[in-house]
Amino acid sequence: MMLELSYLDEWLPICDDSVLTPGRGMAALLPDGRQVALFRDRAGRWYAIDNRDPFTGAQVLSRGLIGSAGGRPFVASPLLKQRFDLESGRCLDDEETSVAVYGIRVRELAAVS
Amino acid sequence: MAHMPTIVLVGHGMVGQRFLEALAERGVTERARVVVLCEEPRPAYDRVRLTSYFDGKTPDDLSMVEDGFMARHAIELHLDDPAETIDREARTVTSRAGRVIAYDTLVLATGSYPFVPPVPGKDATGCFVYRTIEDLLAIEEYAKTARIGAVVGGGLLGLEAAGALKGLGLETHVVEFAPRLMPVQVDEGGGAALLRTIENMGLVVHTGTGTQEVLTEDGSVTGMALSDGTTVTTDMVVFSAGVRPRDQLARDCGLTVGERGGIAVDERCRTSDPAVYAIGECAMAVDGRVYGLVAPGYEMALTAAATIAEEEAGGFTGADMSTKLKLLGVDVASFGDAHGTAEGCLDVVYSDSRSGIYKKLVVDPDGVLLGGVLVGDAEAYGMLRPMTGTKPPVAPEQLVLPAGAGAPVSLGPQSLPDDAIICSCHNVTKGAICACSSLPEVKKCTKAGTGCGSCVKVIQQLLPKPADSGMCGCFTYTRSELYEIVRTMRFTSYAELLDSHGREEARGGEGCEICKPAVASILASLTNEYILDGERAALQDTNDHFLANMQRNGSYSIVPRIPGGEITPEKLIVIGEVARDFGLYTKITGGQRIDLFGARVDQLPQIWTRLVDAGFESGHAYGKSLRTVKSCVGQTWCRYGVQDSVKMAIDLELRYRGLRAPHKLKSAVSGCARECAEAQSKDFGVIATANGWNLYVGGNGGATPRHADLLAQDLSDAELIRLIDRFLMFYIRTADRLERTAAWLERLEGGLDHLRDVVVHDKLGLCDELEALMAAHVASYHDEWAETLNDPERLRRFVSFVNAPDAPDPSVKFVPERGQIKPDLTILTLEPLEGASAR
Repeated sequence: MMLELSYLDEWLPICDDSVLTPGRGMAALLPDGRQVALFRDRAGRWYAIDNRDPFTGAQVLSRGLIGSAGGRPFVASPLLKQRFDLESGRCLDDEETSVAVYGIRVRELAAVS
Repeated sequence: MAHMPTIVLVGHGMVGQRFLEALAERGVTERARVVVLCEEPRPAYDRVRLTSYFDGKTPDDLSMVEDGFMARHAIELHLDDPAETIDREARTVTSRAGRVIAYDTLVLATGSYPFVPPVPGKDATGCFVYRTIEDLLAIEEYAKTARIGAVVGGGLLGLEAAGALKGLGLETHVVEFAPRLMPVQVDEGGGAALLRTIENMGLVVHTGTGTQEVLTEDGSVTGMALSDGTTVTTDMVVFSAGVRPRDQLARDCGLTVGERGGIAVDERCRTSDPAVYAIGECAMAVDGRVYGLVAPGYEMALTAAATIAEEEAGGFTGADMSTKLKLLGVDVASFGDAHGTAEGCLDVVYSDSRSGIYKKLVVDPDGVLLGGVLVGDAEAYGMLRPMTGTKPPVAPEQLVLPAGAGAPVSLGPQSLPDDAIICSCHNVTKGAICACSSLPEVKKCTKAGTGCGSCVKVIQQLLPKPADSGMCGCFTYTRSELYEIVRTMRFTSYAELLDSHGREEARGGEGCEICKPAVASILASLTNEYILDGERAALQDTNDHFLANMQRNGSYSIVPRIPGGEITPEKLIVIGEVARDFGLYTKITGGQRIDLFGARVDQLPQIWTRLVDAGFESGHAYGKSLRTVKSCVGQTWCRYGVQDSVKMAIDLELRYRGLRAPHKLKSAVSGCARECAEAQSKDFGVIATANGWNLYVGGNGGATPRHADLLAQDLSDAELIRLIDRFLMFYIRTADRLERTAAWLERLEGGLDHLRDVVVHDKLGLCDELEALMAAHVASYHDEWAETLNDPERLRRFVSFVNAPDAPDPSVKFVPERGQIKPDLTILTLEPLEGASAR
């Protein structure tokens, strides 16, 4: 199945969904140079947020550990450990800060023709 | 409507506030009108901690009045409006603002005023007292233009004031009339220890001399003339030579006062007029003394409140003068019969002038503890004071000897009787504290620990450990408990563990960034399988995940293992070539290895291919695992060496490489007692002796350095390795998450003795198992990087972008510095592009 990201009002194919390990993230490069962090959780749900850690400026959020608190999924930055809600992009440790959220979906390849 | 009686409180200091709380606790505020007249512009504050204002506390931080307290109890508080006259016939009080308040009961809590000796110049500009927040503000302001300050009075408050002046950056003098500092609290020996320590801090102390005159020029302070004929140049003078009870109001209305001042009260704190009470520092108790400490003041406040509430209660007949203070950073405590005035009493003294420690206990001929003085180290105060009046369970000398100097006692507060007073400020017994379950509860229900705070440590030891000491939001267990669960139930997966042993609300969830790596480490310690296969890949911190250390711009650094710091020229050249070919920044580490910085994630496999081909393996700089075993060059080359420290370091490093632990492990081996490898600052350090090896454990450098403890001496090679095997496995089994051996050893109940019992004397019968676990680790060791390179599946993660495997990350860029590279941080400061797509 093909993983797709919402980009300029279209769905941009990224990779085969089996490439991602459940519970772990990967980064994707958009045509305009932005980087997106993709995650897949234990239950098989997908999330996509900006890859840039706003606290350090480094493109590393895809390499953080994910977890859940109060039923909501988050990723902890691998640099200074601030946590970001994977659904809203809100930083759980600093109300002032958030990262962008991207639309993500998985499409049956067989359905395309 | 029935007549509602009026209670008027004159003075709103700490004791006044405690009195109001005691009235409220007894419901008196519901059936009486309570009016408070306060001279100061702010409600009661913590005068005992006045000096902490200079440590950055604000006046509000020092407030003693809980928000909404006055309104909740309908207490009328008039600030900035002191009582001026009392008409006992008419039962009215008149305030400065002209308020006339009729009272049924009057309570005087006017406190005391600083005594200023009647010397010429005492009112000059630059003379201050040290009593209120306003005094402090004035001192702070004046000190801005001053260089030198002098304090008159070397007692408790005088030293507080001196500490404040020193903190304001002034050259500080202390003038004390008595032959020693703190003459009331400590004896000659204690005073001498205190003097040395305080002089070492750069304060100038003049004892045994009085102030004759404050020298002035144009009305401002320029110096002081002392009674010994000397003069001290100073820009300001702070008088802190004791306090006197403020009893003028009482004198004016004809109440009985003591000869040396103080409003005379009976044991219910009533004055000579039964409608008038006096409490705190303005009152003279039935024993003829005026108590200048807060604890007796509180007791009087409770006594007066109970009497007004018509409650049966014990009276106030006198109080314990025990104190524990930190003055200028020096602990000073005295309790009971500190000066040894009881007939036939004996002293037990420990004195160490070098470190400024002085401890004296006063005992009677039968060994009953009567009192004592502690200077420099007052740790034992919390235990000793409640023991006063009893015969301690061990010989008195064992109570004063420092830990580790043949003092086998670790007397816990558990050994105290239930009626022992733990908090002397609020007179709270051990029994009352043990009835509570947490420190906040103790403070709320008994007020224990809210006075001087010296008993808080003992209270914590008395309370049960918090029920939820769980590692994180996912588990109620600590790391060592999880270790036992994983070991005995043979779990091999995090998800299974979370779903069966996690908190109810966390089961089935994702876990979190705290417990995932911790459990991964436990699984690795117990099974030693490749850490990045299957589910485990999702548990590791990024450093473990990429087998390298992430740096600030998202690039990684690489540390090949160089066992014992020994390396051939050929291998050194390979490192140099790899660094040159990939443009890496190179730096020698503190652990005798070479760190290569600036690799992109996609370069890691290429770099390691070269390194592995040359015979290098992972140095585990990224893991909570053994880092390095440093060594000095040892007997082979060094004329002082007595053993081959390099060979031992290599053996140890190869034995324990890859061992996953609660935190990183560092080690070193020194070839002689000169200790060039700094083994005593390591988790486990080895020092050669003529007969073998000494093993030190629990050392640490870093932010909280700790000297390692000697665990065993003169071991053979085999004995040494067996003991380290046991030590490390015992640590891995029982330590908390991210707890280094130093903190673990500090926390371990029974400390070093217990550790020795377990790993040397095998008291718990664990040693066979610990050794077997280590043997399994050694047998199953594999180089993580070699294994990774051999498996294309495992290499798939080493790309910057999943949709562009060949594209390097454009945000990882470098600029030159000193002939090498450094991260280009300007790229990172660019804000991200606008316009992220909506879902």
